Amino acid sequence: MTLTGDEQAMLEGREGRARQKAMELLVRYAEALGAERFVDTTNVAGVPGSVTPFLQRYYRDRGASYETIFSLFDLDSDEVVEVPRMTTHACHLQGGVDPENWQTLGAKPEMLEAIRASERSAADRDIRILKTCTPYLAGNVPSRGEHCAWMESSAVVYCNSVLGARTNTEGRESTSAAMLTGKIPDWGLHRDENRLGSHRIEVEVDVQSVMDWGMLGYFVGEIVQERIPVLTGRLGRPDLVRYKHFGAAAASSGGVELYHLVGITPEAPTCEAAFGSTRPVETLKYGEAERRRTYDALNANGKDSHVDYVMLGCPHASLEQLREISAWLEGKRISAHCHLWVFTSRAVRARADQEGCTRIIRDAGGHLLTDTCSAIGQAIPPGTKVAALDSAKQVHYLPAMMGIEAWFGSTRECIDAALTGRWNGTPP
Amino acid sequence: MSASPIILYGRKVVGGCAQGEALVTQQTISGWGGVNPLTGAIIETRHELRGVSFKDRILVFPGAKGSSGWSVVFHTARLAGVAPRAMIFNEMTTKAALGAVVMRVPCVTAFDRDPLELIETGDWVRVDGDNGIVEIRPLNRRTPPCA
Repeated sequence: MTLTGDEQAMLEGREGRARQKAMELLVRYAEALGAERFVDTTNVAGVPGSVTPFLQRYYRDRGASYETIFSLFDLDSDEVVEVPRMTTHACHLQGGVDPENWQTLGAKPEMLEAIRASERSAADRDIRILKTCTPYLAGNVPSRGEHCAWMESSAVVYCNSVLGARTNTEGRESTSAAMLTGKIPDWGLHRDENRLGSHRIEVEVDVQSVMDWGMLGYFVGEIVQERIPVLTGRLGRPDLVRYKHFGAAAASSGGVELYHLVGITPEAPTCEAAFGSTRPVETLKYGEAERRRTYDALNANGKDSHVDYVMLGCPHASLEQLREISAWLEGKRISAHCHLWVFTSRAVRARADQEGCTRIIRDAGGHLLTDTCSAIGQAIPPGTKVAALDSAKQVHYLPAMMGIEAWFGSTRECIDAALTGRWNGTPP
Repeated sequence: MSASPIILYGRKVVGGCAQGEALVTQQTISGWGGVNPLTGAIIETRHELRGVSFKDRILVFPGAKGSSGWSVVFHTARLAGVAPRAMIFNEMTTKAALGAVVMRVPCVTAFDRDPLELIETGDWVRVDGDNGIVEIRPLNRRTPPCA
């Protein structure tokens, strides 16, 4: 591959050992991809230096410090190097535990301390501690055409499709290296020719509610896998929450990183623009039968109608969602047999605190939590057997990871389950 | 039953040589939430390999899907000592590329013929990552493979 002068300088170690190790990793990665060059980026979102119980144990003999974990794991280096301040705008996505509600999440005090120390080390290196899977709801909103290097599949698909910015689904190691170097392989979705549609999906049923968008996303992801779907038909105009649930679902059942909604999303003013000179490899329809099949697949792990856990906020809830949830909960009390956890970012909770949502959820017997979610944190209330979820993404992962049953339905159906302790959801 | 080897030519993703018994799936693999990184077992609910570990196998799969935690899961599997010996896949993605790089096992893609059609679970496979060559010795097959 071709390296520029500054890239060569970093690779030769003239910008310090950490940047050298970062460039070495990025070159290995770029060659694995078959990329010919790097692109400059100043917007990187990852989980730099994140501490997990496994990594703490694994690197205990080497001190398990921030620099140890960042060097040996994030940069995949064989030696520990001094980690300087980051070059780019860098933000830390979700992970760890809610520092204010760690006991609810079942975290151990020593883990909380390790996470706090890691967070301070990251902040000292100019990393913004957003602690959310929705950076676009916490102040990081890339502009159209901006080259980014983001992790978190649900954020990546939002960044590309809704905002028209450009990122591949990066990983922890590539984003940490990009934060130090401002470089990422010029491959995939950074290039115009790779942003055109591959599949055409004709939507033949009305897609309006958040749940409708989640199911459609889950269907589309399973069909197109890593390709780029172009959707036309009976689509309502999605708002931020609908985009969030659609993209997260499509990036779970498949690996969708970019989609186009004809006449709606920025790179698809027309069907012709969405496909360019390419021809759809397949045209599929999403009708009543497909919608029902998707609903049944999402509910494949639901058997027992006694619900003991309701989790909302996957991806992290927006303020509007929190206001809706608290409006339904106001003056009510959730079932004594059921837990309700709602996840959001620290930024959104700060607003929710001021607007009273946090108090309403707490008064109803629920918890508003930040930083993580049940799947990321592998944290569910003790004794959970059956969960109710309004997120296709969460229902895709959580039962498999935690060995529980789960129901999928609308946010309202989930709130009703929390209030009554019973699942009473109905197919669309 | 032993038969003559089948040779596939592809492109290096990660160099090095390894050989072992193939574990083949026709389904894409989710890393985070799809694999237990401490055992190497597939855990995705509806996956055909659910409960099967790739530890010490030659993992043959269409490609990566799902969360961006793919590389972390495969990286952790390496540290936990449950990595596959080599990987062979068709669909290049950033997840699969980065995962292969940090797992540090030989890996080849972009073949002249489809490895998913020519390799079966149980075959003996040798992966030469540096030269992008995969050698397949069909073993324990019910019917002879067509080369």
